[in-house]
Amino acid sequence: MTFDTIKQQLDTYRQAAVDMRDILLANAVMIGEIPAPTFYEDQRVRFIEDRFSECGLQNCSTDEVGNGLGILEGTEGQKNILLVAHADTVFNEKVDHTISMVSDRLIGPGVGDNSLGLALLASLPLLLERLNIRLKSNLIFMAAARGLGRGNLEGLRFFLHNHQSPIAQALCVEGVKLGRLSYSSIGMLRAEINVRVPELYDWTRFGASGAVITLNDIINSINRIPLPKRPKTSIVLGSIEGGNSFNNIATHSLLRFEVRSESAEVVHRLLEEIRDRITEVELHSSAEISLDIVARREPGGIDFRHPLVRHARDLLKALHIEPRVAPSTSELAELIRHRIPAVTLGLTTGKKHTQVMEEIDIEPIFTGVAQFLGLLMAMDEGCCDEH
Amino acid sequence: MNIEHWLPNHTFHYSSFWDFRHLVEAKQAQNLRISLCIPTLNEEHTIGKEIVIFKSELMSRYPLLDEIAVIDSGSTDNTREVAASFGAEVYLAEEILPEVGSKRGKGENLWKAIYQLTGDIIVYVDADIKNIHPRFAYGLVAPLIYRPEIKYVKAFYDRPLAFSQGIRPSGGGRVTEILVRPLFSLFFPELTALIQPLSGEYAVRREVLEAIPFPIGYGVETSHLIDVYHKWGMEAFGQTDLDQRVHRNQATRDLGKMSFGILQTFLNRAKALGLVPHVPELQSILRQFQVKEGQFEQIEYHIVEEERPPMIEIPAYRAKFHPGT
Repeated sequence: MTFDTIKQQLDTYRQAAVDMRDILLANAVMIGEIPAPTFYEDQRVRFIEDRFSECGLQNCSTDEVGNGLGILEGTEGQKNILLVAHADTVFNEKVDHTISMVSDRLIGPGVGDNSLGLALLASLPLLLERLNIRLKSNLIFMAAARGLGRGNLEGLRFFLHNHQSPIAQALCVEGVKLGRLSYSSIGMLRAEINVRVPELYDWTRFGASGAVITLNDIINSINRIPLPKRPKTSIVLGSIEGGNSFNNIATHSLLRFEVRSESAEVVHRLLEEIRDRITEVELHSSAEISLDIVARREPGGIDFRHPLVRHARDLLKALHIEPRVAPSTSELAELIRHRIPAVTLGLTTGKKHTQVMEEIDIEPIFTGVAQFLGLLMAMDEGCCDEH
Repeated sequence: MNIEHWLPNHTFHYSSFWDFRHLVEAKQAQNLRISLCIPTLNEEHTIGKEIVIFKSELMSRYPLLDEIAVIDSGSTDNTREVAASFGAEVYLAEEILPEVGSKRGKGENLWKAIYQLTGDIIVYVDADIKNIHPRFAYGLVAPLIYRPEIKYVKAFYDRPLAFSQGIRPSGGGRVTEILVRPLFSLFFPELTALIQPLSGEYAVRREVLEAIPFPIGYGVETSHLIDVYHKWGMEAFGQTDLDQRVHRNQATRDLGKMSFGILQTFLNRAKALGLVPHVPELQSILRQFQVKEGQFEQIEYHIVEEERPPMIEIPAYRAKFHPGT
C-alpha cells in the first residue's frame, strides 16, 4: 500500500471510528473513572490489560513497574512498533473521578490527559479488526505507568531498558490536542524547593520571617535571572504550597518549578544559578532550604524532514488540520533518548487541560483516530523509514 | 421458605457474572430477547453516558441486550435528543398506547415499556446514576438467564449518597428503613430479605410484568414486591449486589411525599389481601409545613397513587404479544 493509498483511506478510517463511537467513548469514560495518580495506576492498568486480553492481544501483562502491555502480532513480525499512552494522572483518588457526557463533550478529571489516549489503545484492536486490517509489524500496546511528575517516565524507561527485541518506531498518543505534532524533546529539569523554619526558631531576631516570605524571596530572585531568547528558554513556576492557617507564621513552604530550554547546557547553567540564589537567600534567612531535582530530560529528536514527521504532516494536511508543532517533555523524550524515531499525536480539541473539569470535544476525535491510524499504516508499510 | 435459606441461594454479587461470553451463550441457547428500559424526565446530563456505556459493553462488544430504549415523560430539556444522538430508541410515554390516555409518573413509563419493548426480559435502570457501569444491567439480567425459577431480580447497593463533602456511606435508604422494612416486618416478614426493596433497578420476565398492576407513582416498587410474592412466592425473587450507586440525594420533604404514596399503595394491597380488613377511605392530601417570615405555613400536596391494570388486560397488548388469544 502506498502512502497515497493510505491518504485515500482516511475517510474510511474516520467513518470506522464514528461507527465505533460508543466503544471509544465508553472506554474513555470507564478508564477515566478509575483514579490513577502517579505510582498508583494499578487498577486502571488492570482494566486496560483486561481490554487488551478481550481484544485477543498476546502476552497481556503488567510488568514490574506497573506498565500494562499487550502485543498484536503482525503477519510478518519483522518490525516492532510501540504505541504508548501514559496511564497516570495528576489527580489523587479523593478527587471525584466521575466523567460526564453531554451531547458534544466529555467532562472530567484527566479525560483528555490521558483517558482518551488510553481509550484509543483499548479500542484500536477492534478498530483494525472491523477495518479488516492486518498489519505486517508487531504492535506493542503500552499503558505506561509512572510517567508524570515524580514518576519521571519510569514506566517507559523500565520497558525500553528491559525489552528484548528492538523497537523500530513508536507512536505516543495524548487526548489533546488534535494537530499536535511533537517530534523533538526539549531540555528540561523539574525540581522542588522546600523551605523549613526550625521548630525552635528565634522569632525575635532581626528580619525574622516565615517560610512563605522566604519562598517569596526565592521566587523574586529566580524571576530576576536573565533568560536567553536563543536557544529558547523558560522557567515555569508551577505550584506553591505553604503554611497552615491565617494567623500562624508558616514554618514550611514549597515551590515546584521547571526549567526548559532547547540547550542542555543552558538548563545546567540555570540550575547552578538557581542553586546560588537559594544559598544567598538561605544565608539571609536562617531557614533550611533544600532543592530536590524530580525529573530531567535531554533535548533531542528527529529531524523535521524525517519521513515519520513528513508523513504525519501530510496526513494532518489531508485531514485539513493545522499542525501544532511543539517539543515534548513526556514519553517522547525517553524514546528520543533511546534513538527510537517517534512522534506524539493528539486526538481532539478541548479545554481546561489538567483541571478537574477538563473538557474534550467528541466530534474531532474521529478525525484524530483517522490521523493516528493513517500514520500507523504508513509506519507499517515502511513509508516512514529513514533510508 | 425461611430467610436464612433464601438469602444465600437468591442473593448474588454482580462480579460472579464476569464471564460475558458464557452469559451471552446461555442467553442465546434459551433464545431470549432482552430489553433495557431507561425511564427519563429531564436527564440530559446523565443519559448520554448511560446509553454509551450500555451500548458499547452490552450490545457492541457482547450482544447481551437486544434493545436500549428511553421512555420519556415529556422532558423539557434535551434528554430525548441526547439519547437519540447516542443511539437509543426514544419514545414519549404519552405516544405509547394513546387509547389508554396519559398519566404522569415513573410507573407509567415502566408500564408502557411493557407494550413498547419486545424483550422476554426487561431490565429497568434509572437515568440519574452518576457512576453508571454495565453491571447495572448484566448483574440483574444474569440470574434470570442462569436460574429459570427466578422471575424478578432487584438491585441492592452499598448506598453512598453524593453530598457537598463528596461521598459518604449510609445504611439502607431512609424510606426503606423507616417505612417499608417495618411494614414488611409486620405483614410480609419474608419480604424483609430483600435488602433494598425500593431500588429503582430491576430485571423482570415478561410473564410477570404483564400480569401485575402498576401504580404509576411512588408505590410501584412496593406493589410489585407484594404482588409477585403473592402470586409466585419468594422463590421468584433474586437480588444482586451492585456495589455503589452514586445519585442525587433527595430532601427529607420529598421522602415524605414518597412515603405517603407508598403507604397508600401498601394499605390498598393489605386491604385487598384481607390483612387489614377495615381500612377507612384514604385521604389524598399530604400536609407539610414551612416557616415563612416567622409564620408557619401549610403546604398541601395532592398525591393519589393511581394504578394501571395488568398489561395483559389491554387488548392492543394481547394483539401484539399474544395474537389469537
